Amino acid sequence: MTAPVLSVHDLTVAFATRRGTARVVNGVSYDVAAGETVAIVGESGSGKSVSSLALLGLLPQPPATVTGTVVFDGRDLLRVPREELRRVRGNGIAMVFQDPMTSLNPVLTIGRQLTEGMQTHLGLDDRAARERAAELLAQVGIPSPRRRLDDHPHQLSGGMRQRVMIAMALSCDPQVLIADEPTTALDVTTQAQIVDLVERLQAETGTAVVWITHDLGIVAGIADRVLVMYGGRVVEEAGVDALYDDPRHPYTLGLLGALPVLGADRPEQLVAIPGLPPDPVALPPGCPFPPRCPQRDDERCASQVPPLRQVASDDDGVAHRVAAFYDADPARLRRLDAEGLP
Amino acid sequence: MSVAVAPQQPLVAEHRPRWREVLGVLLRNPLAVAAIVFLLLLLAAAVFGDALAPHDPTAASVRDRLQPPSTAHPFGTDELGRDIFSRVLVAASVSLQVGIIAVGIALTAGVTLGLLAGFYGGRSDDVIMRLMDMVFAFPAILLAIAVLAILGPGVRNAMIAIGIVFTPIFARVTRSRVLSVREEVYVRAARSIGASDLRLLATHVLPNVLAPIIVQASISLAFAILQEAALSFLGLGTQPPDPSWGRMLSEGRGFIQLAWWMAVFPGLAILLTVMSFNFLGDGLRDALDPRRAKALEGSRA
Repeated sequence: MTAPVLSVHDLTVAFATRRGTARVVNGVSYDVAAGETVAIVGESGSGKSVSSLALLGLLPQPPATVTGTVVFDGRDLLRVPREELRRVRGNGIAMVFQDPMTSLNPVLTIGRQLTEGMQTHLGLDDRAARERAAELLAQVGIPSPRRRLDDHPHQLSGGMRQRVMIAMALSCDPQVLIADEPTTALDVTTQAQIVDLVERLQAETGTAVVWITHDLGIVAGIADRVLVMYGGRVVEEAGVDALYDDPRHPYTLGLLGALPVLGADRPEQLVAIPGLPPDPVALPPGCPFPPRCPQRDDERCASQVPPLRQVASDDDGVAHRVAAFYDADPARLRRLDAEGLP
Repeated sequence: MSVAVAPQQPLVAEHRPRWREVLGVLLRNPLAVAAIVFLLLLLAAAVFGDALAPHDPTAASVRDRLQPPSTAHPFGTDELGRDIFSRVLVAASVSLQVGIIAVGIALTAGVTLGLLAGFYGGRSDDVIMRLMDMVFAFPAILLAIAVLAILGPGVRNAMIAIGIVFTPIFARVTRSRVLSVREEVYVRAARSIGASDLRLLATHVLPNVLAPIIVQASISLAFAILQEAALSFLGLGTQPPDPSWGRMLSEGRGFIQLAWWMAVFPGLAILLTVMSFNFLGDGLRDALDPRRAKALEGSRA
């Protein structure tokens, strides 16, 4: 594997709340290499969005407390001065947000917002920035881009706005693009177009992509590697094929079981994961999953957090790691779901 | 990588400046147009008042005192025989100046403080807003009198005093809007692209909080003119024999049964000016909001 462009190590994020400290991200580590797409998967509240906002210092501190290291371009982003961090934002690492309806400023024209980053980072003058903005819009597939530059956001559809957001994020040729559920607010057809667009642009520019989603269907199409998050921790990490063919963590099994398969041999019943994710204010001392886990075999589960251990590696040498004391058994999981939790 | 962009019209011609768009919408609003026309007339009176006035506004003529409106004196004369039309005309300059400069002071200070308090929150918010509360706690006229007691009477100091008195209103209006705007995703998105705090405040936060500020400014202009009238009435604003609408109104009060024109014409001048500023404010609010402006444009097309 090539050297990572972004290396996150032992990232934790906690929020001071009235009920106590909410530990939302608890020791997340991962690397992303140039041209690679890493998907971070998990349900709502698993800490996937917060961990990506923390990378760029976009969480207000306080109430948030962020620790760990985020190495980008030889520097730890969590410890660089504000001004230096500002130069990395957009220029080195850019983000696309979930809801394109609210991520554009309603009173500014598309052109004005697109040129902002280029004028800040690349020092382009108005004319040059405008010229490049039109090019970018054409690149993300917006028809008559020059005319669109003078439009306000409300004149564009949701899919168009997300294209503009992507154009904005790519305007300064970032090395890393963090896409925080960019397709969640869009209809299925538009989702597919946005996924294709990001893949195409990635192939052209060699940008590393961190794709945050709860949609395993999208992950299968776009990711090289997948991180499954639960309770603010990475519970399984693998190459995309290995994860789908040979999931090892009971939570991953549960997620895949809840995914309908088109064209399956026989109509398979979808398997739901019973219960709710853990309360970040009152995390259990051990593994966060046991209350919902069909397989609490090991007595260590309740008292110790299972560390990520390598269980296999695929042909490309991508490690398959799981945070569980035992190997999960899919057949048993399905049986347990039918009969209810013990 | 380069992608061919069809060369359509030249770039510059297509780029229609925003102020022209705003003006276009504004000019389709009949009330706003009437307000602009009146305010332009007022501005002309303020600038050329001395030259336009048919009589010397301060020349007393006991023979002509308390004359009702006539061709020689369209607005009549006061108890000293001074021409009220000339005095109203010349006083326009004082009233407009006081309104604009006092509100200008309050707007600049209040919006700046409100932006900082709302955007940064925490300690700076506490310090700024408690300070504003202190200023706000005093009755406006009393505080203005206190400020004038320190600075000394006169029109210039009256403007400063009114400016100080109105600052907390702008700070509050601004802060409350900033609190909601700073949480918007587009502010976070702009931050994620590397915008500095100054840039965030100037290009993303300020334009989105502007609408209520403009409306507040138009109302405050009206109140500032009234405030100056009150201060002049107390002898702290415009000094006699210079005319001011407020002074004339208060002087006319004593003769209201004997000579209605003494109070009615300066009062009418205040009323029309205040209303014009309000209509202009409403029109600007509509024109500055691109969504509303587009809707208006559409409905009139």
